[in-house]
Amino acid sequence: MNAPAQPIAAPSAQHLIRPGPPARCTPDPWIWQLDPAAPLPPDAARQPLVLPLAHWLALSPTRRSPCWGVWLGPVDDPEVLLPDLPTLPLVGVHFPVFTDGRGYTTARLLRGRCCYRGELRAFGDVLRDQVYFLARCGFDALSLRPDQSPEAALQALGDYSWEPLKGLAHAG
Amino acid sequence: MYRYNETDQRLVEERVRQFADQMQRFLAGQLAEDEFRPLRLQNGLYIQRHAPMLRVAIPYGTLSARQLRKLAGIARLYDRGYGHFTTRSNIQFNWVRLEEVPAILAELATVQMHAIQTSGNCIRNITTDQFAGVAADELLDPRPYCEIVRQWSTLAPEFLFLPRKFKIAIAGGAEDRAATRFHDIGAQARLDEAGNVGFAIHVGGGLGRTPMVGQLLKPFLPRAELINYFEAILRVYNRHGRRDNKYKARIKILVKDLGLEAFAREVEQEWAWSRGGPNTLDETTFARMEAFFQPPALPEDDPQAPAYLEPLATHTPFARWVARNVAPHRRAAYGIVSIALKQPGVPPGDATAEQMELVADLAERYSGGEIRVSHEQNLVLPQVARRDLFALWDALRTRGLATPTIGLLGDVVCCPGGDFCSLANARSIPVAAAIQQRFEDLDYQFDLGPLELNMSGCVNACGHHHIGHIGILGVDKNNQEWYQLTLGGREGNGAALGRVIGPAFAAEQVPEVIAQLLEVYVAQRQPEEIFIDTVERIGHGPFKARVYGAGDRP
Ligand code: HEM
Ligand code: SF4
Repeated sequence: MNAPAQPIAAPSAQHLIRPGPPARCTPDPWIWQLDPAAPLPPDAARQPLVLPLAHWLALSPTRRSPCWGVWLGPVDDPEVLLPDLPTLPLVGVHFPVFTDGRGYTTARLLRGRCCYRGELRAFGDVLRDQVYFLARCGFDALSLRPDQSPEAALQALGDYSWEPLKGLAHAG
Repeated sequence: MYRYNETDQRLVEERVRQFADQMQRFLAGQLAEDEFRPLRLQNGLYIQRHAPMLRVAIPYGTLSARQLRKLAGIARLYDRGYGHFTTRSNIQFNWVRLEEVPAILAELATVQMHAIQTSGNCIRNITTDQFAGVAADELLDPRPYCEIVRQWSTLAPEFLFLPRKFKIAIAGGAEDRAATRFHDIGAQARLDEAGNVGFAIHVGGGLGRTPMVGQLLKPFLPRAELINYFEAILRVYNRHGRRDNKYKARIKILVKDLGLEAFAREVEQEWAWSRGGPNTLDETTFARMEAFFQPPALPEDDPQAPAYLEPLATHTPFARWVARNVAPHRRAAYGIVSIALKQPGVPPGDATAEQMELVADLAERYSGGEIRVSHEQNLVLPQVARRDLFALWDALRTRGLATPTIGLLGDVVCCPGGDFCSLANARSIPVAAAIQQRFEDLDYQFDLGPLELNMSGCVNACGHHHIGHIGILGVDKNNQEWYQLTLGGREGNGAALGRVIGPAFAAEQVPEVIAQLLEVYVAQRQPEEIFIDTVERIGHGPFKARVYGAGDRP
């Protein structure tokens, strides 16, 4: 069972890994707005903000900056972003607890059906033992939970050498 | 049988390495219990009453003699010399040591076996008919499809953290011997008018604390769409299945809450996106898979061989065993042999290392080196020449493996219960033993005819008590063990759930109550009518009246 809702923590800037290739650890330039009710900071239009979906949807398209990204929670339907996806530089997907697997489907919907090509970021309870599978579902950026070692997580990206999404490739 | 290619082999080896590392981090205190738990479950490792328990996958219940010998070796080296075959055609080792599990998994990998996804909230081991590929009444061999689904579901990255576990069964016959309607997805082979192969898909079946019979989601799914369609179902479930309450998290609850129609609409919408897409299966895939499961070249033989007919005529114990334990093979000169793991006094489904080795030897000598595991917790040799049956029977007898009670009262299905399982409300093994003892008399069992008795030690229903003609469920009343009886459960084409007959009983009463139920049957049955048909014809009333007295008649 999933843990009770806790306040969502912003991703740690030092715990961002990118599966690549090449797999690497990079600093996180984004500024994460976690509370949908929080006002936009001054000079927001030029800041690399990531807004909660509710906040994004509440803004009329003319008030949205092309510098901004959006993040989704596990119950959010990624298809509401369809009109915006071609120009969105970043979509975040929050994992409140690592056993909540909805974000994997969110990622596959975004990458497959929605043809989203920008940065797809997992954040929240992202642990080294799941990074391989997250990457396989289309995440190209993973903000680890701050107690996780980025080096170990980079190594875990190599846990398997086969590609499960093409698991049937050898069958046809 | 399917043989791993390099990709499969690499996968299990990498899995062993990954899990060895996770275990080491756990033991070193670097991986929290909560974080290790789902990882170990996805590798079949439970922490149980006395010791950790390891559940090893036997994909669609098929084993080679070599694999069975390896299981025997593991039982001897790492356990107490035996293993427990389960109702989902897996094997469990009840006495392993935590630190040794990676070593066991490494041994399994040498014979193309593993424990991946035998537990946890993911797609579990695929099950099928234990007579697949040899049954006389089969439409098609389901094993190639099982293997395709196995490959797709193994580490399917999108579906490793579902709301709850997910079980798939695929059957190829007119008779459903895989209990498909008690699975999250049950697929039954069908041919359309043009002779194309497809499957009828049922969804939302299951036992456990909220037992339900699966509903028909799609009458005919073309086989090319198997993976696309399964993926659509899984995706709808992964997104919308409940995660707030683990007792309401199975897909059956989602189907019930949405209603079958609305659920089907969601699946169709999802499927519309993938239909004909990259995971569509093509004819070469089917052909390649089918090639793995070609029937062995069985020589022509005489179904009336004297080596078979003579002992059959003169040797009653052998004739009995043939009557119950040998099913028709599609070639008349051969039989499908069920080896009952139901020795009275031994927990149902248990086999010792010596028994496993004997069965492996006999499989090589008489049955093309292949063994099946049935969901009734028995083993099966799928192709034995009738002329060899007597020698086989004689050899099985030496290790107590010739119990001639397949499908009879003695063929009790039973979970480990309170003796091993920490979730149990009551013990189940001693009660099963008491019943087997009470009805030891084979003449009586043969007279009663086909009768399925299933027992579980708690509502999780690992012993499938709801689908036993007679079901027994262990319940807890004020910290005492009590047993509730259900009547009228049935698997197969007329699938039904049993209903509770009334207040529960103490352990020592159970055999007597069963005797009373059987008395009613014997008194009321019509010629050739089996127990469950009598129950369906006359209803529960007469049975309740006999057990509880007229005063408790509903
Ligand atoms: C001793 C360790 C075991 C534990 C802790 C255990 C635990 C559980 C639990 C918690 C469930 C219910 C889950 C749910 O409905 O969502 C379950 C179901 C089930 N178990 Fe076990 N089990 C054990 C052993 C076995 C064995 C030995 C068998 C086979 C004889 C087995 C076969 C099954 C089956 C077939 C179900 C499915 C019920 C359904 O269709 O929903 N389990 N088990
Ligand atoms: S039915 Fe209950 S007692 Fe029996 S094995 Fe399953 S969880 Fe344990």
